Amino acid sequence: MKKILALMLALCMVFALCACGSSEPAAEDAAEAPAEDAAAEAPAEEEAAPAEKVRIGMVTDVGGVNDQSFNQTSWEGLQALDPEVFEVNYLESKTDADYQTNINTFIDEGYDLIICVGYMLADATREAAEANPDQLFAIIDDSTIDLPNVACLMFAQEQASYLVGLVAGSVTESKTVGYVQGMVSDSMNLFGIGYITGVLEACPDATILQYNVNNFGDIAGGSTAAKDMITNGADVIYHAAGGSGIGVISACDEEGIWAIGVDTDQSPLAPDHVLTSAMKRVDVASQDISKAVAEGNFTAGVHMYDLSNGGVDLAPTRDHIPAEVLEVVEAAKTAIINGEKSVPTSVADCPEFTLAE
Amino acid sequence: MTEFMNEFGIILYATLIYTPPLLYAALGSCFSEVSGVVNIGIEGMMTAGAFTGTVVAYFTGNPYLGFICGGLAGMLFGAIHAFATVNLGADQTIAGTAINMLGPGIVIMIARVLFNSTDTIPLTPDQKIPTLFKGIFDTSTVFGRFMDNVFATYASTYLVFIMVIVVWFVFYKTRFGLRLRACGEHPQACESLGINVIATRFICVCLSGFLSGLGGACVTMATSNQFRPISIVGQGFIAIAAVLFGKFRPQGALLGCLLFGFCSGLKVVLGGSSGVNVHLISMIPYVVTVIVLILFVGKSRVPAANGKPYIKSK
Repeated sequence: MKKILALMLALCMVFALCACGSSEPAAEDAAEAPAEDAAAEAPAEEEAAPAEKVRIGMVTDVGGVNDQSFNQTSWEGLQALDPEVFEVNYLESKTDADYQTNINTFIDEGYDLIICVGYMLADATREAAEANPDQLFAIIDDSTIDLPNVACLMFAQEQASYLVGLVAGSVTESKTVGYVQGMVSDSMNLFGIGYITGVLEACPDATILQYNVNNFGDIAGGSTAAKDMITNGADVIYHAAGGSGIGVISACDEEGIWAIGVDTDQSPLAPDHVLTSAMKRVDVASQDISKAVAEGNFTAGVHMYDLSNGGVDLAPTRDHIPAEVLEVVEAAKTAIINGEKSVPTSVADCPEFTLAE
Repeated sequence: MTEFMNEFGIILYATLIYTPPLLYAALGSCFSEVSGVVNIGIEGMMTAGAFTGTVVAYFTGNPYLGFICGGLAGMLFGAIHAFATVNLGADQTIAGTAINMLGPGIVIMIARVLFNSTDTIPLTPDQKIPTLFKGIFDTSTVFGRFMDNVFATYASTYLVFIMVIVVWFVFYKTRFGLRLRACGEHPQACESLGINVIATRFICVCLSGFLSGLGGACVTMATSNQFRPISIVGQGFIAIAAVLFGKFRPQGALLGCLLFGFCSGLKVVLGGSSGVNVHLISMIPYVVTVIVLILFVGKSRVPAANGKPYIKSK
């Protein structure tokens, strides 16, 4: 009993200290803090800057803010916003249990817009949005929330994958290409469907080796899958497998064949052997929705980012792609933007995609 | 036949890329456990090695220096663990857990300072641990492809198998080996015979850190070319399991690691597009390990004084 009492007292003192501590840095520039700060709660504890700024809070998924994927891209987009107008902050989620807490922290601090990165935050976002109808939310990669205060920022990943598929189908000499996926889900399958459609359009008799690592963090697994494909003749491999994709690119680099990256421009991973990457411009989406809030014309519902608004595209690194292939890609892009062509979005329309069952 | 050769080659390839990090760490774990110190902090030491290896290789351009510095970083954390547990007599499990938190924490902090990111800058091919025998096999033939997949592998992979022999030799053929095993069984008796238990255990825990660091560096400098927080996820714990599996002997740890590596390879090859549920296939390495443990491996005999702090006055 004595021990419990002592513990309670100690906890009280700690909390009291924290409470005192957090009010002190109020005058400091809150927007600067997060870039250096690894602690989950720290950035948001900083108190508000002048009231007229539009305050944007971003909650990451468990990937963290430096995941070299959508969390990072989104945060980079927010940081590029005009600091005179916007005050931006993020909270990192270490586990799934942090989503709700982090969202509530931003709500309590009175943020104008809370951007939740990733479909893993969908449930937490929905609950928070229902409980706080006056709070504006945006969620990336999820379209299931139909509430008047939530904007769903979706990306046409099948379109970007289709373009890299065209590239792969055009440059392959062995007429065998590979595709490594991180996990099977409706949203992930779109990468494969787009890619396979593109490859078969550029090279109708191509063999497409497909593999599901079933893990976003198994580097050795990605590398083995790639090696298997190379052994079976593949000379271009595209991955949509997060961290496992590092292994894919590494194996391609060692074997001297082409790899195609995903989400961000992954050329730095192997400058000599990354052909290009299928980019998702999460930064553009985060900026757009933030500006919309600042201008007072936030709209709920699904915002689709595709080729037509620059939401997805080939990465800027395309030096290894032959000029005539780039022409084909540009022509296809124009056709999609003009609506003359569409990329399938369901497994039923792409029977060659075999990972889904 | 062609297909079989190809697939078999891939399974062996996968075995040889999953196994080395585990095996380095498992050999390290042998040193520590057999000398009487539970080292659950292998994971943290691997993370330190994984990060330091890439950073040193990146800044100096020398993969060998990077690899060794990876080991030394692991050794530093080994020394912290040794100081807490051997010199101060702290609870070994708790100290090890602390190392597991400290390792990734410090590493990510340094990464943010150096690179403003939790990831390091990718190494170029000549900053990576080189592959041996690359290009000597004619990969256009099935047999050449097989040989290339299996034998054209990283220098660190060849080294780890040599290390198994070295560690076995140290354990069973040298005076130091005899002493370290005695320290794990009956430290009081050792002390009475003039063996410095504290020093022996300290050295063993440092060695376990060094080998774990090398294991971590394998992951980031051979299999991939970059440190990320996801580089070391659980390999340290699997290595500890492999040591138990191998009854605290280096040759047993080799079998344990190879079995796990082989099953992981099997998982990848079967998982491809065989139509079997991929979640079931992902379970193979773990299920096989459990089954083999139950059916074929008898009771593992833990060194008698393992986990007990040695305090001279008692």
